[in-house]
Parts: sequence; C-alpha cells; structure tokens
Amino acid sequence: MGQATRNIANSFTTSGVITSSAVNNTTISGITDINDLGGSLILISEQTASADASVSFTSGIDSTYDEYWFILNNIHPSGNTGGLGINFSTDGGSNWNVTKTTASFVAMHAENNAIAQIIYENGYDLAQSTADQEICQNIYTGNDESISGIIKLYNPSSTTYVKHFISNTQSYFASARSWHHLIAGYCNTTSAINGVIFRFDTNNMDDGTIQLFGVK
Amino acid sequence: MGTRITSLANNFDTTGKLKAAGINNASLSGITALPAGVAGKMTLLSTQTASASASLSFTSGIDSTYDEYWFVFNNVHPATDNVSFDFNGSTDSGSTYSVTKTTTLFRSGHDEADTFTQLGYNSNEDLAQSTSYQHIVYGLGNDNDQCVSGVFKLYNPSSTTYVKHFTSTASNYFASNGNNQMNVAGYFNTTSAIDAIDFKMSSGNIDDGTIRMYGVSTS
Repeated sequence: MGQATRNIANSFTTSGVITSSAVNNTTISGITDINDLGGSLILISEQTASADASVSFTSGIDSTYDEYWFILNNIHPSGNTGGLGINFSTDGGSNWNVTKTTASFVAMHAENNAIAQIIYENGYDLAQSTADQEICQNIYTGNDESISGIIKLYNPSSTTYVKHFISNTQSYFASARSWHHLIAGYCNTTSAINGVIFRFDTNNMDDGTIQLFGVK
Repeated sequence: MGTRITSLANNFDTTGKLKAAGINNASLSGITALPAGVAGKMTLLSTQTASASASLSFTSGIDSTYDEYWFVFNNVHPATDNVSFDFNGSTDSGSTYSVTKTTTLFRSGHDEADTFTQLGYNSNEDLAQSTSYQHIVYGLGNDNDQCVSGVFKLYNPSSTTYVKHFTSTASNYFASNGNNQMNVAGYFNTTSAIDAIDFKMSSGNIDDGTIRMYGVSTS
C-alpha cells in the first residue's frame, strides 16, 4: 500500500498535475467519444476482397452520421467483367433490390488517342429499376487494371425523403482507356437504407479494398 | 511526499473526480494514437504556401502509410495571365516529373457577361500516354481576385501492382472573367510507386495560395 501510494504520488508533479509519463495509449483505450477532436471523417469498417462474389456492408449504416462515404481502392476482377455494380437494402442485406432512378455520364480517353469524349450513358442509367447500378464498365483482368473512386450516400436513415447518392470513379477500361464515370441518383424509398453491396456483373472481386466512412 | 499528496488531493473534487486543472497538454504529449472508431481518418501531412514560387512539390510523405492522398488547393493565384495550373508525378522522389499518363478532362463554363455557357469534353487538354504535365485548370487569370481552388485525389500511390488512379475537381476564375468547373481523371500508367507530386503554372510563378496534403485512411 505504501509503495503503491508512492508510485501514484510520483506520477504527479509537486503541484498535483499528472506527469506525461503517467499517461499512455493504454490509459485512453476505453475512450469512445472525444467530440470533434478526432476529426470529421470516421472509418467505420473496411473490407478487402479476395475471390469474393461481392462485398457488402450490412452494419454501421444508420442515423449516426448524415453522410456515408465508400472509398474503393484498386478493385480488380478475377475475369473479364461488364462492370462493377452497386445496390442497396432496406432489410439489413436480406434483399438487394431497392428501386432507383439514376443519371450516368462518362468521360473517356484512349491511350492511342483514338477516342476522347464525354457522353451520357443511356444504357447504364436506371429508371425506377431494382437492378444493380453499374459504377464503371468493362474492367478486365490485366494485372495492372482496376477501379478506384468514391460513392457518397446521403442520409440513409431518413424515413421521410428518398436517399440520394453520388458516385465518382476512375478506372482502367478494357481497351486501354481512362474511364471517368460519374453517376448520381436516388433510392426511391422512404424506408431507411441499412445495407450496401458491391459486385461485378460476372466473376469475382479478386483484390481491392472498400472502406466505409461516416462523415460528421 | 506529504505536499504532493495534499496537492494531488486538491486536484480532485469532493466526489473524487479529477479536475481539469489536474491534467494538461504536456501530460498527453506521449499519446500517438487513438482507439479505432474515435480517431479521424483525414490527417494533414503538410502544407505549402506559395510566394512567387516556381512550383510546389511534395517529395516526402507519399508512401504506403495511407491509401489515398488528397491535395486541397486554396486560392492558387498565378503571376502570369491566362495560364494553366498543372501537375505531374514522380517515381524517383522528385528528381524527375515525367510519369506516363492517360487522362480525361471535361468542364462546365459560364462567363460573367452571360454570353456563353458550356458543358463538354476538351480533347486538346487531355493526355494519351504522355509524360507532360496535366492541366488541373487552364485559362486561369491573374487579376487580383482571380484564382483556382479544388481538390486532387490520388489513390494507392505506393502500389507496385496497379496503375495509379487520380481525380481532380476545381473551380477556376478564368482570364476573360467567368467560371469553369474542370474535372480531370486518369492514371499514372506505371507499376512503380508514385512518391512525389509537383504543381506549377504553365508559365510564370505561383504567386499566392496554399496546397495541403492529407492522408486518408489506412488499410
């Protein structure tokens, strides 16, 4: 008891303030909230693909944050694909079939300069459809080919409004093009969105990470 | 010993809780990490402020520590009128800025006189397997209040497997008095790690403005 008291006392200055050596990471490991000091972009979860048919997020999407970001890094398929799709759930991932209306356009430029344009993608938008929305096209299996980008989902827990989302991705298109694909739309439901899934139209997700962030 | 105990006791209230005065910043200086779910994931790595600068280069801090690096540029103002604000990457820590790129660029535009509006692809301002600098914006004016602001995002620069994707969105006060939003995307077509980024004007110095480099998240 006497030794313990002396050890405690030595962790304070003569004025009774805690010394720096008395505080370490372990001391603060139980902290769960420090207001805004931790920043406004909070990593909720992260998934790494490895021969996965899909990557889905079925927890952590609720009313905690007003805005959720999904950051995709170097998503690479196991075989040639028509595109990477996104869909949403209102039942925790039991079903991925939320009705959506979307707009889709792409800026593209070939390495051989044969094509350079921006076009509206009539075949890659949705009008009150429950199908997956493709956020890029024609990702093939060249060892260095992949897609990266951000999808922002706004107020998924609202039970009043539709749920807006915006996707901004850059990918290596199969025929050696830079493919800057921009999509926006809304989940046409007043039910809360509580799940999001990413999957190729064919073949697996061989590699890559998807991180879910909450934005304060 | 007795004095310390007395002082210590004075730093607690009558319910035994530590008062704010009993802990200070110095006490916390040894903390280098916060628990998962508490720590923010957008970390300021460095800031550069232009002052008649030929270029602003980031030659350290771009590595495998973060998965994404964001460069936020604020009120970047050129010394010369009607120039482009450009970037390039390096695989040798900034000794050379000449990485092969294929890119796209499109813009929306509207002038103050309301004489034109535009939305379109700019085929003269993109790159096809070129080592040249890529425009973030072009036509930037140098009137006292003219400048460009925006964000350039670089994905997984340290990958030695994939090309390195990037996107940029910027608002530009162009020389003939109007606004462009310019959207650039593309990839550094290399499997070498990108370890430096350089920003400069196509002609003349960067007179003013800041560029902040952030690391975003870790795997």
